[in-house]
Order: sequence, then structure tokens, then C-alpha cells
Amino acid sequence: MIEVLLVLIVTALATSVPGVFLVLRGLSMTTDAISHTILLGIVLAFFMTNDIRSPWLIIAASIVGIATVYIIELVSRTQLVRQDAAIGLVFTALFAAAIILISKYSGNAHLDMDVVLMGEVLFAPFNRIDVFGFSIPAALWQLSIIMLVNFAFIALFYKELKLTTFDPKFAFIAGFSATFIYYALMTLVSVTAVAAFDAVGSILVINFFVAPALTAYLLVRRLSAMIWLSMLFAVWNSVIGYMIGFSYDLSIAGVTSFTALVTFMAVFIFSPDGWLNSRLRAFRQKRTFTRAMILMLMNERGHTRLTAGEITAHFNLNRKQFDNHMEHLLINDYIEKKNGQYTLTERGEEYTHYTRIKYELPI
Amino acid sequence: MDDTIITIKDLNVAYQDKPALWHINLDIRKNGRTAIVGPNGAGKSTMIKTMMKLIRPVSGRIEIDGRTDKGVLKNIAYVPQKGEVNWDFPATVLDVVLMGRYVHKGWIKRPQKKDREIALEALKTMKMEAFCDRQISELSGGQRQRAFLARAIAQDADIYVMDEPLQGIDITTENLIMDVIRKLQTEGKTFIVVHHQLNTVKEYFDHVVIMNKTIIADGPTDAVFTGENIEKAYREKGVSV
Repeated sequence: MIEVLLVLIVTALATSVPGVFLVLRGLSMTTDAISHTILLGIVLAFFMTNDIRSPWLIIAASIVGIATVYIIELVSRTQLVRQDAAIGLVFTALFAAAIILISKYSGNAHLDMDVVLMGEVLFAPFNRIDVFGFSIPAALWQLSIIMLVNFAFIALFYKELKLTTFDPKFAFIAGFSATFIYYALMTLVSVTAVAAFDAVGSILVINFFVAPALTAYLLVRRLSAMIWLSMLFAVWNSVIGYMIGFSYDLSIAGVTSFTALVTFMAVFIFSPDGWLNSRLRAFRQKRTFTRAMILMLMNERGHTRLTAGEITAHFNLNRKQFDNHMEHLLINDYIEKKNGQYTLTERGEEYTHYTRIKYELPI
Repeated sequence: MDDTIITIKDLNVAYQDKPALWHINLDIRKNGRTAIVGPNGAGKSTMIKTMMKLIRPVSGRIEIDGRTDKGVLKNIAYVPQKGEVNWDFPATVLDVVLMGRYVHKGWIKRPQKKDREIALEALKTMKMEAFCDRQISELSGGQRQRAFLARAIAQDADIYVMDEPLQGIDITTENLIMDVIRKLQTEGKTFIVVHHQLNTVKEYFDHVVIMNKTIIADGPTDAVFTGENIEKAYREKGVSV
């Protein structure tokens, strides 16, 4: 069964690396469209060849994939519909055509709608080929080649991909064709999506493309780091997905995709710049600022002696917040309390001076 | 003429059926600091984007250094408006400045150690060396502009085309940018700058182009930058100055 895990990992690696550029270019939904419309290419080629493993399936699917990208561009360039609407329009139309063809001729076809949509990586080892005298799953062989092609493309055209993604106008001036890079990338995405079809299905493949990259994006400052980290998350999701899916007899692709979501959420919440930390930071900043402003108020003429009521009214504080702030200021010896009135200490005076500098207020 | 580096002849540009530039005839002086001024929607950005072949004109001819082919663009350092790139892209300041060196690399070839040194030197010129490992999303507006200018310097071009480089930045950065521009001018570089502050034109630029869809006036700042010409450019839009 280790072969199942290998197929899953290779699929995840082959998809996650181009996925980095799909995420950075905002092409996630275009990829989702491709992963569905290529079915039309597969169906058409299958009816012509009657062989589910024919290389024509990949060629036809890639052509339909590129056509999808092109038609989406064409429709959105008319400026009559927005790009998201264009994607929705083109993708459903071509996908529907494929569904109609399958339902009409499904009697004599080995195209099972469930497998098409959901994939079943567990079946991968049943279809085997001999490579250099070893019998290995055909899917593993095919996906490994595609993975290596993807790696080679990204390694060779790293500079061009980076430049055309970050600043396409400058890329043009520097003599690099953004159009060529774009269509080359989308061709590879189509080919990869076709190969990943058997294993993970057309619905979940989008998760394999973008989830690792999105997770890595939350953690990195450099493109190269984003690529390496995406690969790491791809393997992580696959291993966890395989283990849970296999143990509990669940859809392995499904569990892998779900693991990707959980991983993303965990990073989103707990990473150094994540949701939790930025909330905490904002809370602390606001607290420090309010305390500084209380001291600043006492430093103003006519406000040097303040009662609790005056402070709570001025800063719109409730009793609990007021007690909390005042306790902190008293313990740290910034203020003192006499006869129910608060005044600044010398230390407090000094602190207001630094506050003016810190927040760039007039001294 | 020897002292002309860019010649624009009868240029017309339109967005769909809306003319943006109309009968532009212009000579831009070699080794000059030329400001392009005019009201919003006057076509200033459109004109420089057309020079950079980013926009296709309806008609007209643009000669740069006597050439009209695309290759000549490599000799132009184009500094776009800050908003025109994706600042959330995962890259450091040095990564972005290194992109200036890509102009001299063919397809596939990676930048070398020498290119890194040139990029670091450019960052030093812009007083940004301390920020070289900073992620670009963390930069302030002025720092972004300095990073862009460092990229232009790393490109080592003869002509600099800049779209509102002084827009929305602090006065320290503004002075730094103008100092660098003046210094590069003494090294023989040419500057064409879209500029929006009318009050600093005389101080910052030796030549000026005043336009509003068509050229109102162009020439040495002292001779051309008159109240009459400015009013003419701005009045046609219905804007009072």
C-alpha cells in the first residue's frame, strides 16, 4: 500500500509547485475551471481511442485546458462581464458538455462519474506498467514524469516567472514575454490536472494546487522559501491524509484536502504574524496607548488632579478597565492617589515626555 | 538634432473611441531633466507608457536614440507609479533591485555575483542598504519609491522615465531622490519625469512639457513655465489654478 502513498505524494508535489505561481497571480479559480473543463478533452479523446491510458487523452485535455484559459480571457476582455463571471460561464459550459457526452454514451464507457469527480487513489496500484523491468503503478510513473517536468520548468524559468508575476510591465521592457510564460504555465497546469484526475478527481485537485502554497504564503518573505515550504506542506498533507484515510476507511483524497484546510487554519491562527498574535499585539498596543493617554491628560494644565469619575468619563472606560489601568499605573509608580484624586509622580512626568517622542506628538 | 534623445512625431492615442493624446509632436532633450506636467487626465502617464510601448498608439512614430525597435527599451529605466505592482509578492528589497539586472540577462540565465554587487551599490546610492533583506510589503511609501529607483539605477540605463516618483512621499525622500537625479545627470543620464507639484517645477527641472491631451508648450523651464501656459493647460479641463 506504500504505492498509494507514493502516488499521493507525487501528485501533491507535482501540483503544489506550479500552485505557488497560481496563488501569486490570483489564478486559483482559473485553475479550478481548467480542472473541470479538461474532462471534455478526456471524454472526446476517449471516444476516439477507446483507451483510458492513451496519451491522446492528455494531449486533448491540455488543448481544452488552454482553450479554457483563452476563452476566459476573451470573454472578460470584452468588459461586458467581470473575470469571475467569465470563469463561471466558460467553466460550467464546457464541463456540462462533457457530462452530457458521458451520460449519453456511458453504456460502453469505462468513465465512472464518481471517480472523475472524487478520484480514488486506492485504485492506482491496479493499473501497472513495466519500467526498466520493475512493475510500478502507471499513475506513479506518469505523475513522476510530470512532476519532474514541472520542477524543471520552474527551475529553468524561475527568473522569468518571478518577474512576470511581480511586475509584468517591467518584464516586457526587459524583453521577457509574459504571454509565453503565462500560457506555458497554464499548459503545465492542464497536463498536471489530467494526470492527477485518477488519483484525486477534478473537484479536489484545486486544493492540491493551491492549499500548500496559500499556507506557505503566510509564513515566508521570499519566493524560493515559498516554493520549498509549499512542497513540505504538500508532503505533510499527503502523509496525514493517507494515514487517517487508510485507518478509518475514508476517501484518502478527501482527508488529504481536509488536512490541508486544517493545516492552513492552524498556520493562519498561530503563526508569528497570524491572527492570534496580531490580535494580541493590537490589544496590548491599545492598552499601552490608553495608559499613556491617561498620563498625558494629567500632564495638562487644569487636569493635574483628577477623580476616578473624571477619568472614566473622559476615556469612556468601564469600571473594570479603569481599575485595571489604574492598578498598573499605581504599581509602576507613575501616579499617586491622595484624597480620592490622582496626580502624576515624577516618574509619570518623565513617561509623558517619552510618550510625546514615541507617538511623535508636539513637545 | 544632436541634443535630442527622444522624438515623437504626430502621435495619437485613444482608449476605445476616446482620444487620450492628440497630435503630439515633441523633442526631448538629451541629458536634460524634463518634467511633464498637466491636469489629471491630461494623458501624461499615457504618453510615457506609449513611449515604453506598453500602449499601442493609433498613429505616430516614436524614435528613441534614433531607433524604433523594442530592444531600445532596455536602455530605458522605467519607474512606474507605486500602485502598479503587487507589493504583497514574497520578495525582499534586494530581490526587487536585482530585477533591474534581468534586463541584461537573456532567457533562463540567472543573475551572478557581479549583479548582486551592482544591486547593493544601487541600494547604497538610495540609502536603502539597511533594508536589503526587508520584505517589500513592510516598506513605507517613500521606501518603496527608493527601492524602485534603486532598481532603475541597477539597470544602468541612459534614460530614466518616471511616473510621479515624488507622489505621496516624505520631504527627506523627495530631497534624496532629487539629489540622486541631479548627480546622475552629471554622469550623462536623461530624465523624463511626470510631475504633479507645480510649485517645485522650476527648482527641480531644467526642461518642461506642459500638456493637456495635446502639447501646450515645451522647452527650457525658464522660458516656457509661465502662468499663461499653465492656465491654458488647466483651464481647458475647467480647473482653476
